[in-house]
Amino acid sequence: MDMKVDKKKLNLKDKYKLLTRDLGWEPSYHSKDEIYPYVKYEGLKVHDWDKWEDPFRLTMDAYWKYQAEKERKFYAIIDAHTQNNGHLNITDARYLTALKIFLQAISPGEYAAHRGFARVGREFAGVGTQVACQMQAIDEIRHAQTQIHAMSNYNRYYNGFHAFADARDRIWYTSVARSFFDDAMAAGPFEFMIAIGFSFEYVLTNLLFVPFMSGAAYNGDMATVTFGFSAQSDEARHMTLGLECIKFMLEQDPDNLPIVQEWIDKWFWRGFRVLGLVSTMMDYMLPKRVMSWREAWEIYGVENGGALFRDLARYGIRPPKGWDDAEKAIDHMSHQLMLGLYQWSFGTAFHSWIPSDEDMDWLSAKYPATFDKHYRPRWNHIKKLAAAGTPYKNFGLAKLCQCCQLPIVFTEPDDPTMLCNRETTYKGEKYHFCSDGCRDVFEREPEKYIQAWLPMPALFQEQQGDIGAWMAWVSLGDGVDNGDYAGSADQRNFQQWRGLATSNQ
Amino acid sequence: MSTVFIALQANEETRPIIDAIELDNPKAVVHRQPAMVKIDAPDELVIRKQTIEEQLGRAFDLQELQINLITLSGNVDEDDETLTLRWNS
Repeated sequence: MDMKVDKKKLNLKDKYKLLTRDLGWEPSYHSKDEIYPYVKYEGLKVHDWDKWEDPFRLTMDAYWKYQAEKERKFYAIIDAHTQNNGHLNITDARYLTALKIFLQAISPGEYAAHRGFARVGREFAGVGTQVACQMQAIDEIRHAQTQIHAMSNYNRYYNGFHAFADARDRIWYTSVARSFFDDAMAAGPFEFMIAIGFSFEYVLTNLLFVPFMSGAAYNGDMATVTFGFSAQSDEARHMTLGLECIKFMLEQDPDNLPIVQEWIDKWFWRGFRVLGLVSTMMDYMLPKRVMSWREAWEIYGVENGGALFRDLARYGIRPPKGWDDAEKAIDHMSHQLMLGLYQWSFGTAFHSWIPSDEDMDWLSAKYPATFDKHYRPRWNHIKKLAAAGTPYKNFGLAKLCQCCQLPIVFTEPDDPTMLCNRETTYKGEKYHFCSDGCRDVFEREPEKYIQAWLPMPALFQEQQGDIGAWMAWVSLGDGVDNGDYAGSADQRNFQQWRGLATSNQ
Repeated sequence: MSTVFIALQANEETRPIIDAIELDNPKAVVHRQPAMVKIDAPDELVIRKQTIEEQLGRAFDLQELQINLITLSGNVDEDDETLTLRWNS
């Protein structure tokens, strides 16, 4: 009789070696240059691809096992959400504004990242890199799918969720995230890794997924917490991939340093601007807040980003060019952008509102240097106008930055009373920017950014400037999907249904 | 000095893992936030399979951390016995 003997398992290093390196082969009837046409395109010098290794040493078999486990947990929560009227467990329906922005601006970015990683996984010549990129491509499409799935439960009850794909392509604030990903996907493979692996994963996602998702938990939205944390556990691998890739580029050849530094400068600033949207989500849109945007930035920007740049200093990398301007902007960006979202609320697919006195007290405690001085008086003035029946609405079109595509609403780094507007003339045309950082990005590659699709010019090209026709084109119902939260169908329905759910009337 | 950190979902599976990390890293500081636990440590954080198994009372594959991991910082070095997060400066 055979005795059952535990099979001797390979150790992690040997298993990784067999299940990645052994998947590669030496081509015999095409040259490597023909097979990997883009690896030299950006001027990066790579001498030994085998030096790149996934520090987690994750192989596809283990990957499927753990991802399946995460999916089981996720769908258990989604089922619970559907079964127990999870849409009524949130603090109040203002919270949904943050989810609408997330669905329109961030989830399509996940899908874009999936396409990008599928591509660069093919374009990189090293097998370790190919396997890690393949996993990341699958992760990213999973994130898009789980996010759309989780939020579709709200679409059954609330406005503004129904046309996120149209919103993604056609609305002004969604083009901020979209242009970030389009820019990354139109770059070479190494720059794509800096854009997504470093800027999006290392700098952005911690600030987006961690405190925001933790906040979602306090706002009663377990479906979002679950997709957020489930996605972010993949991001931990992605950040590691991004960091390994930066180290790999820098260790392969000293000539790579200036190229990598330029990309870090560019993509830090581009990432920071996308965070403008996130700052309003954290400071204004969570009815129950866990931490301010400023506090999140201290942890994940200053402390963690600072540690990263001290670590990379041994290769000659310095902190990104816009680092100091970013720090100066932290106390202003969420307030300036929320004022913008409020005044242009006709052109959005979500509700906005004037913060309550209690919310303003919280903001002034979190932003003691700026809120009472610069922003409370503005909100109080807007409140007076609303009470007088003449609410402050701006029906003009925002001037957008040619690089980040945010409206030009931010102030000078050293003077919060002065609007920052930069210009440059290229081939006889004048272009506008919200900051030195965005102008620098443009001036480095003007031929790329003059081609940017911007929502405002598109409105005139495609709809002859007819706002009503534009709204129909975006699938936006005026006053239904947007406008003030106070008095909206979302507010009314939430209160009525919650009343029904907590009583027997 | 730089801070490395790991954040895990706050649930029944991670409770013994967090205990193990605290035991192995006396300088670690544990922050409990809604739905998550973030553990900071100066320069280095070591996560040991053996300590987790002692706390958990069962065999544990370090790669199982992936299931409840939220985020981390620092350079990652993993083998069968330990996962180390470290800044080199």
